[in-house]
Amino acid sequence: MDLMSNLMVGFGVAFTPMNLLYAFVGCLLGTLIGVLPGIGPLSTIAMLLPITYSLQPVSALIMLSGIYYGAQYGGSTTAILVNLPGETSSVVTVIDGYQMARQGRAGPALAAAGLGSFFAGCVGVLVIAAFAVPMTEIALKFGPAEYFSLMILGLIGAVVLASGSLLKAIGMVLLGLLLGLVGTDVNSGVARFSFGVQELNDGIGFIVIAMGVFGYGEIIKNLGTKESEREVFTSNVKGLWPSKKDFVQMMPAVFRGTALGSILGILPGGGAVMAAFAAYTIEKKIKLRPGEMPLGQGNIRGVAAPESANNAASQTSFIPLLTLGIPPNAIMALMVGAMTIHSIQPGPHVMTNNPELFWGLIASMWIGNAMLVILNLPLIGIWIKLLTAPYRWLFPAIALFCAIGVYSTNSSAFDIWMVGAFGVVGYIFIKLGMEPAPLLLGFILGPMIEEYLRRALLLSGGDWSIFVTRGLSASLLAIAVLLLAAVLLPFIKKKREETFVED
Amino acid sequence: MQLTRQRDFFAGLVFSCAGITAVWASKNYRIGTAAEMGPGYFPMMLGVLLAVIGAVITFNAIVAKRGADEKIGPFAWKPLFFIIGANLVFGIMLDGLPSIKLPAMGLIAGIYALTFLASLAGEEFKLKEVIILATVLALICFVAFTLLLKLPYPLWPAFITN
Repeated sequence: MDLMSNLMVGFGVAFTPMNLLYAFVGCLLGTLIGVLPGIGPLSTIAMLLPITYSLQPVSALIMLSGIYYGAQYGGSTTAILVNLPGETSSVVTVIDGYQMARQGRAGPALAAAGLGSFFAGCVGVLVIAAFAVPMTEIALKFGPAEYFSLMILGLIGAVVLASGSLLKAIGMVLLGLLLGLVGTDVNSGVARFSFGVQELNDGIGFIVIAMGVFGYGEIIKNLGTKESEREVFTSNVKGLWPSKKDFVQMMPAVFRGTALGSILGILPGGGAVMAAFAAYTIEKKIKLRPGEMPLGQGNIRGVAAPESANNAASQTSFIPLLTLGIPPNAIMALMVGAMTIHSIQPGPHVMTNNPELFWGLIASMWIGNAMLVILNLPLIGIWIKLLTAPYRWLFPAIALFCAIGVYSTNSSAFDIWMVGAFGVVGYIFIKLGMEPAPLLLGFILGPMIEEYLRRALLLSGGDWSIFVTRGLSASLLAIAVLLLAAVLLPFIKKKREETFVED
Repeated sequence: MQLTRQRDFFAGLVFSCAGITAVWASKNYRIGTAAEMGPGYFPMMLGVLLAVIGAVITFNAIVAKRGADEKIGPFAWKPLFFIIGANLVFGIMLDGLPSIKLPAMGLIAGIYALTFLASLAGEEFKLKEVIILATVLALICFVAFTLLLKLPYPLWPAFITN
């Protein structure tokens, strides 16, 4: 079987001592930042991106993706024990997880999250392996019109899933696209929006924006809000293993969460956060068994389903990146950065040109998930200790790693000035309720989308109908319109506003 | 007039200003036609869209009645100043400022300066803790970046090493 031999190649790559080490480092870091509130995978990956330059491309990607899915595991620990989402994707885990902890059942809650995530992770890896080949074949049929429409779909997806006002999210996408155009235009050689500044001719560095807006912006926001009283259930964690009744209850929830997460992860704009929300909503709709605790009061299903879903989604969101070269969310946009640092063009050719990288990364995800279960369940005590560390020790360290990360990309002090400026901008975004994730996606896609638009219109002789007369392109645009229409429906609009409460 | 949706009002203004700037700058580049796009075509399009969307957001904010918690709230000036300042000082420490003949001080001095300044942004400032924290961070950076990753950062001030 092809799939098997491909996976064998992958495991051959992933099982080298060096790559095992990087997978472990990634998972460890991911769990760490997942547990710590206030620092997420986005800023961590942005921070480490420049450092990966000195690594082998496979090792770099293995480590960075380990951080992403590792954070999904770690985030649940904080959610259950401290009533704070360590990660945005564990926002819903807080609800039932914390209630379980208050009832002295923190152990089973942690186990449900860990085991559910592990199962979902394994399925996610299989889904990637199975879908990668057919998706690549579709990708090779794509012309410029299809690529343009697909990116529009991705951007609309990001807008739809952004919290808060739709119009503001669209504005952020447009702003991101414009920022992406800063620098020398590849076709004409004109330096656009550089305003006479020599350093801007090469464009704005992705890391500069990511770090300024997410790193510094977040720190300043966190310091601006008073440290609230935290109630930590550290002594209550005993008896990790769920009872037989717990297992019976959580298994179907794990299956449902995994299936839902795998699908939502593939969709452009989707990702771990949305998957967790959707999974929780479904669990709420399912009828309670006799004697079962209602959701919201400490039901194990309310932990198992969203945690499975967010982990499955964090894995399958690699599919559009690896096969189409289109990042479905901001973290995958960072992965594009990681790949281009090593001059690998993400897209259908990764699999044919770099099979060991492609399959090695996938195999490493399975290994990483196994490591994470060990890191998060038997070693839970370490993470609990960490939760008692005050933020005043953490934020100077975060600020330092941001600064070093920026400086090490091209050792230019100009970037440090720029990141300072974007830090201020990022804080203004937060104050004005402008969500930065769509901006980042727009920034990455800006130059690509312009190029494909130019090519498509060149082929059609300036006729815009090319986007709707080609079947594939038309269906992609139709999905985008449907998505947009769906959120505008009054019923869903209300639900959406409820789910995305200010965090 | 009492503005209930301050955040939207100003967000719209930010978008509009950015859009107008983009349009204004794009006028200097060749626009071209759809079949043969010049460097100004796409940015001009985006700029117009952004300016319009910004205007709509601002307009909605003015006419809207509800939305009580839409105030911007106080700015965290202290963290803003110290965090961004710490970052700038770190840059100066690494590269020096040739314009005022300040030499590069190296990574270690930069770490101490950044940790010290950044800590001032917090609610509490305990000098002893900050010194310990800076030392720990300097050690971590030395081991991780210089020993393990072998990145060529200048560790010490240039006038000592030369």
